Amino acid sequence: MAVRHLLGLADMPAAAINEFLENALPMKQIISRDIKKVPTLRGKTVITLFYEPSTRTRMSFELAAKYLSADTVNVSASASSTSKGESLADTARTVAALGADLVVLRHPCAGAPHLLARLVEVPVVNAGDGMHEHPTQALLDLFTLRERRPDLEGLKLVIIGDILHSRVARSNIWCLPRFGVDVHVAAPPTLVPAGLAALGVTVHDRPEDALPGAGAVMVLRLQRERQQEGLIPDVREYARLYALNSERLALARPDAYVMHPGPMNRGIEIAPDVADGACALITDQVTNGVAVRMAVLYLLMLGRGE
Amino acid sequence: MMDLLIRGGTVVDPAAGRAYESDVLIKDGRVAAVEKKITARGARVLDAAGKLVTPGLIDMHVHLREPGQEHKETVASGTCAAVRGGFTAVAAMPNTDPAADRPEVIRYVLERAREAGRARVYPVGALTVGSRGKELTEMGALREAGAAAFSDDGRPVAGAHVMRRALEYARMLGVPVISHCEDLSLAAGVMHEGLVSTMLGLKGTPAAAEDVAVARDLILAEMTGGRLHVAHVSTAGAVRLVREAKARGVRVTAEATPHHFTLTDRAVAGFDTNAKVNPPLRADADVAAVREGLADGTIDVIATDHAPHAAHEKEVEFDLAPFGLVGLETAVGLVFTELVAGGVLDVVTAVAKLSTNPARVLGLSRTIEPGAVADLTVIDPEAVWTVNRAELVSKSKNTPFHGFKLKGLPCATIVGGEVHLAARS
Repeated sequence: MAVRHLLGLADMPAAAINEFLENALPMKQIISRDIKKVPTLRGKTVITLFYEPSTRTRMSFELAAKYLSADTVNVSASASSTSKGESLADTARTVAALGADLVVLRHPCAGAPHLLARLVEVPVVNAGDGMHEHPTQALLDLFTLRERRPDLEGLKLVIIGDILHSRVARSNIWCLPRFGVDVHVAAPPTLVPAGLAALGVTVHDRPEDALPGAGAVMVLRLQRERQQEGLIPDVREYARLYALNSERLALARPDAYVMHPGPMNRGIEIAPDVADGACALITDQVTNGVAVRMAVLYLLMLGRGE
Repeated sequence: MMDLLIRGGTVVDPAAGRAYESDVLIKDGRVAAVEKKITARGARVLDAAGKLVTPGLIDMHVHLREPGQEHKETVASGTCAAVRGGFTAVAAMPNTDPAADRPEVIRYVLERAREAGRARVYPVGALTVGSRGKELTEMGALREAGAAAFSDDGRPVAGAHVMRRALEYARMLGVPVISHCEDLSLAAGVMHEGLVSTMLGLKGTPAAAEDVAVARDLILAEMTGGRLHVAHVSTAGAVRLVREAKARGVRVTAEATPHHFTLTDRAVAGFDTNAKVNPPLRADADVAAVREGLADGTIDVIATDHAPHAAHEKEVEFDLAPFGLVGLETAVGLVFTELVAGGVLDVVTAVAKLSTNPARVLGLSRTIEPGAVADLTVIDPEAVWTVNRAELVSKSKNTPFHGFKLKGLPCATIVGGEVHLAARS
């Protein structure tokens, strides 16, 4: 593995992305066994630093480490010394001094993992930084799509929702086009970041314009705060115009996959019958997330120079 | 004081609009003679062959941080950085703690400047009490204490009504209002809003936040007849608005910083907090427009907005870092590299924007003729050097220019006949 950290996919070489995914395949076999534990990372310690509430990403990383026999220490912002005013830089130095072999960081500020990576010697994995990137999510999305369709060339994928605030959308926008996916987004103009089209993405105002011909639809979670911030008039109107319901899904190809990074607001951005439908890959995404994160931990801790 | 003979340099005199080879003799802190060949027995000789002898440079936009934030900078350390950067004088912004909204603070800053004995300091008085944008300060008393201009820099005046009254009232005192033009309701970001902010997932502040505020202040300046000086112009829209207002005869002047004519928002890539500044580093078209505004005279002044912050304050998440970068010690190099060598400005015009033009805005005089106060800067326009943050004498090292190779270096800063800067290698 040529890369030291997993900070984002914007400048991650395609070869490295492939290496992560190739290594996720045997990991998925491990977690489908009855006894899901291998000694690969025995004696290694993973510290997960979560400055933002998260259940699924955190569980996913923790299980990934445990299935590989690494020891894990979880620090959440409320339990850490940040409430006493310690800076991230000082926390980083402490973590390094405690002897962690790898640090997983979730943080509300974009670039926080980059700051951490400058200050510690060990690999840093970005588990989501502000609106910037969520690289393991995009890797697991890619893995999930390739499980169903090994060659993604020409696949039209539509991301519906709050692109402006979405690190998931950004990481996918960096990653998927490199594997031949034609990425479209559909969102209210108030939730589309400046200059997005320059990243090779086709931007639509309405899902109805984006969905025809789509082979996959990725729905993003709508945060209720967007209403207070004046970015949408209200959640109900958002649901009326943007929710992926069966009528809208019918505009896409009949076999179109439905994805959601979770946690879902059923009835807001996605209709329950669509979330539970035959084409939904949402639970696959969760399972594959563990496998992909196992591959990431393994490659960053042991795979160097191989 | 020993007489000083500056020998063999090229005198750059923006007031006369020309540059010519001449010796300059300084006696008792004043220019005694400007002649082709001067023989002065017993005078200390400063060899200026191949160098430019300019009116003393003035940086009219500097944060000296004293009183209140002496861990970032002091009047002493800031004026040391000024003379090292070729500046014989600086205008000190009032957003100190306490703010320079009462005469005691103005007098304190002037006293500290006298003690330091380096560059001259022209304090800028706060426009409103506590720079809170509500009641006007006692501008008359502040002016008497030594305030050279008025501003709520860093905390833009949100109410159009307050700005209107400030412009009217300051007109009576004959001083400019320096406006930090930013519509706060549009400016929620930590960098320029554009492709780069989208890529980095950082909140952006659109160029419109500046344009809207500049348009408002120009309208109010036109209405009141007050003198408006637009600080740190950074957008194509602001340049266009100022250009149009000048053509209409509005009493407006404007400044641009070296970082805004040199860097784009791409400097933020990698989350370098030293590139976090307000107004933010903008897009290519804005940088081009600022350069055009400098070239066609829309932008009168080059000022640094020197904003020191301690290392631990900048070594944080980008969102949490304070805005600002240090500029005093890199300005001359950037002007000569980017603008003079870059073909944007000729030497005389570049020097004017660093000396006679800010002097005019502040009501000061800058000439090189017998009898004038001997505030002069000697610049080696050919010296090539590399910016090294460890060598900065400012208390803070937050420069985005570390490692930049520049051509043009101040080699003597003369304040009242006293030489403050020895030649650097």
